[in-house]
Amino acid sequence: MPENPSVIEISDLSFRYSPSAPPVLENVSFAVPSGSSGCIVGPNGGGKSTLLKLMLGLLQPDTGSIRIFGKSPVKARSKIGYMPQYHQLDSSFPASVLEVALMGRITPKTIFGYKKQDKTAAIEALDILGIADLAEHSFAGLSGGQRQRVLIARALAGEPELLLLDEPTANIDPGAEEQFYGTLELLRKKMTVITVSHDLGFVNRETDLVICVNRSVSIHQATDFTAETANEVYHHHVNMIQHDHECFCHCHKEHECNE
Amino acid sequence: MSDLYSIIFSPEWAFLRFAMLVGICLSPAIGVIGTMVVTRRISSLAGASTHAALGGFGLALFLQRVCMLEWFTPTLGAVTGAVAAAVAVGIVSIYAKEREDTVIGAVWAIGMSIGLLFLDRTPGYVDWQGYLFGSILLLTTEDLVLTLVLDAVILIPAIIFFPAILALTFDDTFARLRGIKVTVLYLGLLILTALTIVLLINLVGIMLVIALLTLPSAAAACFTSHLRSTMILSAVFNAIFISVGLLLSSLFALPCGPAIVVLAGIVYAISMIVKKYFLK
Repeated sequence: MPENPSVIEISDLSFRYSPSAPPVLENVSFAVPSGSSGCIVGPNGGGKSTLLKLMLGLLQPDTGSIRIFGKSPVKARSKIGYMPQYHQLDSSFPASVLEVALMGRITPKTIFGYKKQDKTAAIEALDILGIADLAEHSFAGLSGGQRQRVLIARALAGEPELLLLDEPTANIDPGAEEQFYGTLELLRKKMTVITVSHDLGFVNRETDLVICVNRSVSIHQATDFTAETANEVYHHHVNMIQHDHECFCHCHKEHECNE
Repeated sequence: MSDLYSIIFSPEWAFLRFAMLVGICLSPAIGVIGTMVVTRRISSLAGASTHAALGGFGLALFLQRVCMLEWFTPTLGAVTGAVAAAVAVGIVSIYAKEREDTVIGAVWAIGMSIGLLFLDRTPGYVDWQGYLFGSILLLTTEDLVLTLVLDAVILIPAIIFFPAILALTFDDTFARLRGIKVTVLYLGLLILTALTIVLLINLVGIMLVIALLTLPSAAAACFTSHLRSTMILSAVFNAIFISVGLLLSSLFALPCGPAIVVLAGIVYAISMIVKKYFLK
């Protein structure tokens, strides 16, 4: 085994939900080298969520293989921090912010309650997201953006080496966006961060790789990611403004990109 | 109409006091299970399981009286029906979520119909109305013992595995990624729900079980913001609903199941109003 296996290595992967259904992903091969971060983009229904579930071992590929840190996804799970899309969860759930963050520390051996080091790690994670002062607040009483940060803290609490964030900016209000990008930059220095977004605007600073998913997958260096590349992925015209290291872009047909 | 003094002290009301005792003893189980039913939103699954209990109950009575299978008691039959239905629906909800609703409807109606068909063909007198609407006269010492066993069977794992239960209830996918045996835990929860249902049936009847599995916890949730405190307050509410409800039903000569449930419903409505207008 090489000394530094790729964080993610996918080869010849294909997946369909049932034998009669059309393939969701076909002939997918790419690698995310250690120390890089990436952003998975693509239109809705293009297979982004499926790819994420395959990387988490929640789905099994029909053909091909996925290695995370050189292991099968199921075996690598303890190194993965995952933040699901926020709307999948019950926003009125009776728990405190700290209790939710602590869930990121749970293992099959966690009985009766959490250990002191678990609480320390959960508070640290909340602190990184700037919400340690909310630890004792009720999760149900938070704003959408705050809840999203609690869920990222939960993913961080397990001290992952790979952080998978599904639509992390979906609920962040514009004012808090800058601060959120700052937090992401900080995290990218410590671990591999892979974000998923249907919004090309998220392909921004400090992302090394742009992973475009639309049944097939193409991978680009963020610096080379241009309007033409985006058009190829989305199959329609995409407006895009590029500054040297940052590219913000904007879908011409908003309704096709947004849910 | 009777006076409070005789209800509390006279020997002729001993059965009512016994029903209160059983109801109060059932409260810890209802506190935990009811809160899970409300937060996991599985009240229709619980409804299907309740009605399938009637299927098992009818089958058992029929087998006892016609086929002389003495060991297959109605309680055992009800447990079999309720557990089988809960596990079947639970498995569908895990592996084919999109069909869950249909399966719940089918199990609900078929379970009840099987029960009524068997009861129709069972010779001799059957107090099936008591089974549908609850009859505290049905309560025996066996029920009290079973209730205490159920409390132990529910509370011990609930305390030991509380962190996992909390994580599973909030986000089962995440819990699975952290290595928690989500399927086992969920099916275990469903089996315990079915057992609680069977014991509740004797107290309030099949039609009203779902009310006691949801109203105390829903009312408790208005005043609490932790799963654990919701469970505890829900148990307290339940003990109050059952004892005050039974007291009112005997004072005013009302059927006890509906008296308990209407009381619970009123408290739930007040709790929602208090939460909306008086708590920040």
